[in-house]
Amino acid sequence: MTYSYAFLDEATKRMIRRAILKAVAIPGHQVPFGAREMPLPYGWGTGGIQLTASIIGRSDVLKVIDQGADDTTNAVSIRRFFARTAGVATTTHTAEATIIQTRHRIPERALQPGQILVYQVPMPEPLSRLEPRVVESTRLHALADYGLMQVRLYEDIARHGRSASAYNHPVMVNGRYLMSPSPIPSFDNPKMDRMPALQLFGAGREKRIYAVPPHTSVRSLDFDDHPFNPIRAPHPCAICGATDSYLDEIVTDDAGGRMFVCSDTDHCEERAP
Amino acid sequence: MSAPLMQATGLTLNFGRIRALDEVDIAIWPGEVVAIVGESGSGKSTLLRVLSGQAQADAGQVFYDGQDVGAMTEAGRRRLLRAEWGFVHQNPRDGLRMTVSAGGNIGERLMAQGNRHYGNIRKAATAWLQKVEIEVDRLDDLPRTFSGGMQQRLQIARTLVTEPRLVFMDEPTGGLDVSVQARLLDLIRALVAELGLAVLIVTHDIAAARLLAHRIVVMRHGRVVEEGLTDRVLDDPQHPYTQLLVTSVLMA
Repeated sequence: MTYSYAFLDEATKRMIRRAILKAVAIPGHQVPFGAREMPLPYGWGTGGIQLTASIIGRSDVLKVIDQGADDTTNAVSIRRFFARTAGVATTTHTAEATIIQTRHRIPERALQPGQILVYQVPMPEPLSRLEPRVVESTRLHALADYGLMQVRLYEDIARHGRSASAYNHPVMVNGRYLMSPSPIPSFDNPKMDRMPALQLFGAGREKRIYAVPPHTSVRSLDFDDHPFNPIRAPHPCAICGATDSYLDEIVTDDAGGRMFVCSDTDHCEERAP
Repeated sequence: MSAPLMQATGLTLNFGRIRALDEVDIAIWPGEVVAIVGESGSGKSTLLRVLSGQAQADAGQVFYDGQDVGAMTEAGRRRLLRAEWGFVHQNPRDGLRMTVSAGGNIGERLMAQGNRHYGNIRKAATAWLQKVEIEVDRLDDLPRTFSGGMQQRLQIARTLVTEPRLVFMDEPTGGLDVSVQARLLDLIRALVAELGLAVLIVTHDIAAARLLAHRIVVMRHGRVVEEGLTDRVLDDPQHPYTQLLVTSVLMA
């Protein structure tokens, strides 16, 4: 038996493309869609895979990263999945890719016009921890009533003395919709602002798609007297020496040994001697 | 005489066969405290919910500052609830965010109005804690660590921080012991005088009504049976039900 091109049947892909068009037309607004069962569990990127499957074509070059790395199980499996079902070329080089599916990172290399960044999103609703009723949070979005989110930031500063959460820091898109950037580190938030590439977000379990069109303003929430201030480990990369990339801390032995290396493996390899 | 701040005419609301509100007319002028008294189930709280736009009447109209509240968009109603109105619930747990610190609770309405300066919000929250007689070092504590009376005072601070023009209070002293009630009533009376608020207070406590209110509205079976100046209604009740209500108060 043979599968449809890129696994999903054509009707489903059209449905998802319609949702994408709507999402692009209303930057940051969550569009419901009929997410399908995928051959991998929820939480492994079913939303992102459905987006990628709906936009991919034979001439595309696909890169998949998980926490910045091209060689983790999730990234390898998804890359192979599309190589088999869509017959596309795959790459680990950010510059060569036309579609980059990502979990929890934005590549260090600045993305170019024409590239598409597909995020895997576990929880699309930025207000979910604050407002348990879905109907009410939908209404809050409709009325742009976001005081509640500011209260959470106030609590962060009151308790921890700083406004930036380490990851998943909420953003305002185009001055209108509050959006969850998916669990990327706050360090990556500024890269979303006026990015030349198209950013698509897919949440499979929650059945939501949202998008940030190219060159759209994305502002991280903060206070006037406590500006948004993303965190980066204060070390150079142990492999390539980069001082401006996001780092992973790796425990190397049982005696407290550790090293800091670039989380973006492609970026690190390009720079390494 | 100036125009009323809020005026309602012919409010009627049925819950199935039960008539919760029956042709209720009520008006409140700026700076005035009006108490709505009556037994449980007489429609007091329902009236408050309808007036504050949280429930829709079957018939009748509510005007606030000359605008028809029923004809407003939801965004408009919410703006009023956030800025010009305040609602103090009987149970502070309904009005407070129990997982957010006292400072965050007080600051919420400020932030909802677009205040984005942490220092200023904190300053306002501190000032309001002092006003409602809560120690300033409790600013970062969660409301669940507060006593019932303190929670109620915190709810009042949270409501009044934006200096609303009209405050709805639903049995604000319910469930508190007598000495705490007295302190809370004192506080409300002082704040109302200081800020020149108009207050619509629902209570079944005649003593509280006498202490706070300029005018009293007596309700029974969803109908207004008597209304007038507080002293007149309490000292010279006309309607048999009001007479019963006044005489059933225990004298200490």
